[in-house]
Amino acid sequence: MSKKSDLKKASLPVNPDGDKATNVIREIMSASFTRVILSIVLGFAIGAIFMILFNEDVVATYETFFSNPGDTFMASLKVLADGYGGLLKGAIFNPEGRDLVAMFRPITETFRLAAPLIMAGLGIALTFRVGLFNIGATGQIVMGLAGATWISTRVDLPYGIHMVVAVIVAIICAALWGAVVGLLKARTGAHEVIVTIMLNYVALNFFTWLLRTPELLLEANGGGTPKSDPPADTAMLPTLFGDMYKIHIGIFFAVAAAFIYWLLMDRSAIGYRFKMVGHNMSAARAAGIKVESTFIWAMAVSAAFAGLAAANQGLSETGGITTSINANIGFDAITVALLGGNSAKGIFAAGLLFGAFKAGSPAMQVAGVSPEILGVVQALIVLFIAAPPLIKAFFRLPEPEVK
Amino acid sequence: MKLELRGITKRFGDLIANDNINLVVEPGQIVSLLGENGAGKSTLMNVLYGLYQSDSGQILIDDKPVDFKGPGDAMNAGIGMVHQHFMLIPVFTVAENVALGNEPTKLGGLMDVAAARERVREISDRFGFNVDPDALIQDLPVGVQQRVEIIKALSRDARVLVLDEPTAVLTPQETDELMAIMRQLAANGTSIIFITHKLREVQAVADRIVVIRLGKVVGEAKPTSSASELASMMVGREVHLSVDRAPLKKGDVVLSVDQISVRDDRGQLAVNDLSLELHAGEVLAIAGVQGNGQTELAEAIVGLRKLEKGSGKIVYKGKSVESLSVRERLEDFLSYVPEDRKKDGLVSEFNIEENLMLNQSYEDDRGAKFVRRGLLDQAALKSEAEQAIERFDIRTQGSKSLAGKLSGGNQQKVVLAREMSRPHDVLLVAQPTRGVDVGSIEFIHDQIMKERDEQSTAVLLISTELDEVLALADRIAVMYRGKIVGIVPADTSRETLGKMMAGVTA
Repeated sequence: MSKKSDLKKASLPVNPDGDKATNVIREIMSASFTRVILSIVLGFAIGAIFMILFNEDVVATYETFFSNPGDTFMASLKVLADGYGGLLKGAIFNPEGRDLVAMFRPITETFRLAAPLIMAGLGIALTFRVGLFNIGATGQIVMGLAGATWISTRVDLPYGIHMVVAVIVAIICAALWGAVVGLLKARTGAHEVIVTIMLNYVALNFFTWLLRTPELLLEANGGGTPKSDPPADTAMLPTLFGDMYKIHIGIFFAVAAAFIYWLLMDRSAIGYRFKMVGHNMSAARAAGIKVESTFIWAMAVSAAFAGLAAANQGLSETGGITTSINANIGFDAITVALLGGNSAKGIFAAGLLFGAFKAGSPAMQVAGVSPEILGVVQALIVLFIAAPPLIKAFFRLPEPEVK
Repeated sequence: MKLELRGITKRFGDLIANDNINLVVEPGQIVSLLGENGAGKSTLMNVLYGLYQSDSGQILIDDKPVDFKGPGDAMNAGIGMVHQHFMLIPVFTVAENVALGNEPTKLGGLMDVAAARERVREISDRFGFNVDPDALIQDLPVGVQQRVEIIKALSRDARVLVLDEPTAVLTPQETDELMAIMRQLAANGTSIIFITHKLREVQAVADRIVVIRLGKVVGEAKPTSSASELASMMVGREVHLSVDRAPLKKGDVVLSVDQISVRDDRGQLAVNDLSLELHAGEVLAIAGVQGNGQTELAEAIVGLRKLEKGSGKIVYKGKSVESLSVRERLEDFLSYVPEDRKKDGLVSEFNIEENLMLNQSYEDDRGAKFVRRGLLDQAALKSEAEQAIERFDIRTQGSKSLAGKLSGGNQQKVVLAREMSRPHDVLLVAQPTRGVDVGSIEFIHDQIMKERDEQSTAVLLISTELDEVLALADRIAVMYRGKIVGIVPADTSRETLGKMMAGVTA
């Protein structure tokens, strides 16, 4: 870069356009790899402090802290080993397992739980790149679930085809629901944050109503609780290792989704136009791009990824389907998308991390450490990425070049 | 009051915006600070005005060092600044604006309106400003608003007045009036630091000319220096300010705008019943002071702005185009260089390659070559970018450099490369050299003339820079308050054009 352009930059304001939320997302998305890793480290470190401060065994040693500080120290170490050790045991490998199958179960659980987070995270990231702040993955997943559940419980189809149809219907239902957001924004200028939040409620209550209505989705001989029949065997996602593990082909869907996302956003003309609109709507207009229809398409494609996550959930549940099966994936996916930045790879990795959290949390609880700590760690990680000065101050990173 | 800047150095991270700058301004002197965009003029003035703290160096007033922690300190020390964008409140009167922040008060803390009014009248009379203290700012022409800014500074006993690009918003007549005011202030002992990149004005008014390049003072020039001498000093190499042109080969009418009206973002009629005809092989320039509807006219032609219902039409080769989308117009005949390249012409976060296909990302576009079966053709993009870098002399580390990291001139060359490489019959270029370094101006002007001479393109040039209009145009249409005041030949005098820019029919 020439020196002159440096000088020029210095005299210009950083961001001439774009609304605040979008700028924040941009800031988070542009976080360097180092910053993400440091944020994760710091998140775990502060999580450790919480564990120690609030653990009963450690608290018990406070009385004797001045006479015997070693006790407090040892108790603290034990809590940490139990807690994070439990996390590892629950999420990666359990050396205390009864047999080999049990020993390797944790890692399969991590992958199983990561899959929907990755799929929905990809969808959210896509909208971020178009400059939209989509917090409607929950609603989109729920609509996808409605579609998947209808096909899997009320339609008879041959083995294999049934599953494929259910997946496709889930994707279509979610995509249509997402397109509504884009349509409202394009036609009326309604802000997508408000629209998606409200549509989440609409979708959840609509799904509950479906599940309550005997002619629609309510289970056979069902009572007052909104719950469907279990999906037909023909519609279930096949498991990978038979009955040995719960993990099913959903993880392959997640890999495929990540590849499609990469191809779409980094290699295709459509993704190029999505990004153009996200970076500079005004220039996109001047280049002849129809910004409004881009919003509609982007929301639909984003929601399609959420629909895949819905299929993953709805077609792997052996019990009946209830609204709780969306399992907060819609919101966790926002965090995954932010943590993973723009890239398919990043989102895949972030999804695995959060999958590990989900898989490990029961083991932590067994170890006597409150699993809510993990929620705190998750939130802190994103907080640190979102507030770069914090992490810079903490690790005394060098000042970045003036932008 | 004598002002001295001694060894001022200001760094932003790794880059040095001001490198050991020395500047002495004697009482009653007009010192012109001449330099390209990004040379460090504004940084230096912000240091002087207390907005930035210098990393090293001193400011001395009457040989005594001073330390400015903020603009308040600078003002108290007698330094006044007139910013390029006025800091006035439109719904307040002149007197109220001048008093703001420095209100004369009566007993009980009430504002002494009479005293404020009197102060404005006194200064206005002393220098012949002819400003009514009771007028609302929003009712005043830009040139008068600028005088209010100067009165504001003088009312705080400014002995050194900094004028930052003061003529950018003025008509040639208003510019002449401002220069008269500057001379009179200087005669009364006020020192003036006049920041500009317009050589003509520097030659006309400055006692001394200090040239800054890449953050350093590269030397002083005499006011008698020629324009090309000054330009060469600014740029650091030989510069030719005249444009070579072939004799006019005017073809048929390609684009005609027939009685169109367009509203601006606030719903005001910005283009009012305007008509013009553009021939192949000519450069028709639209001259005028910024904000007289030029932007809206351009956007209407591109299709970004709707014509007022029931108002006229835009015709390309006998075919009405109002119903065509932006994309269809770009496809069919139009290349468009928008006036605000950062907002409309480029995506800063995209690299040069990606910016070159901004309006060619559809596979069925005419001449599209970057997309195959829905996927981007990386190799084609790269080779296109390399050719553009070569042909348009884009100074960059490579085709993957982000557009936002390029200098203004190089960004503009990327836009030109894209628009000129696409098939087109009409080239609409707005403010092609705004914020562009002198060296690139030369190149860009040559490229525009090449379009006219070699491609027989119909060029519609919108520019507020009279020098640019005179250098490039075959015919000049002067625009004022949404209307064409008149269309005159290219050899029309500056004075006549200036009058027309103020709305006087030729």
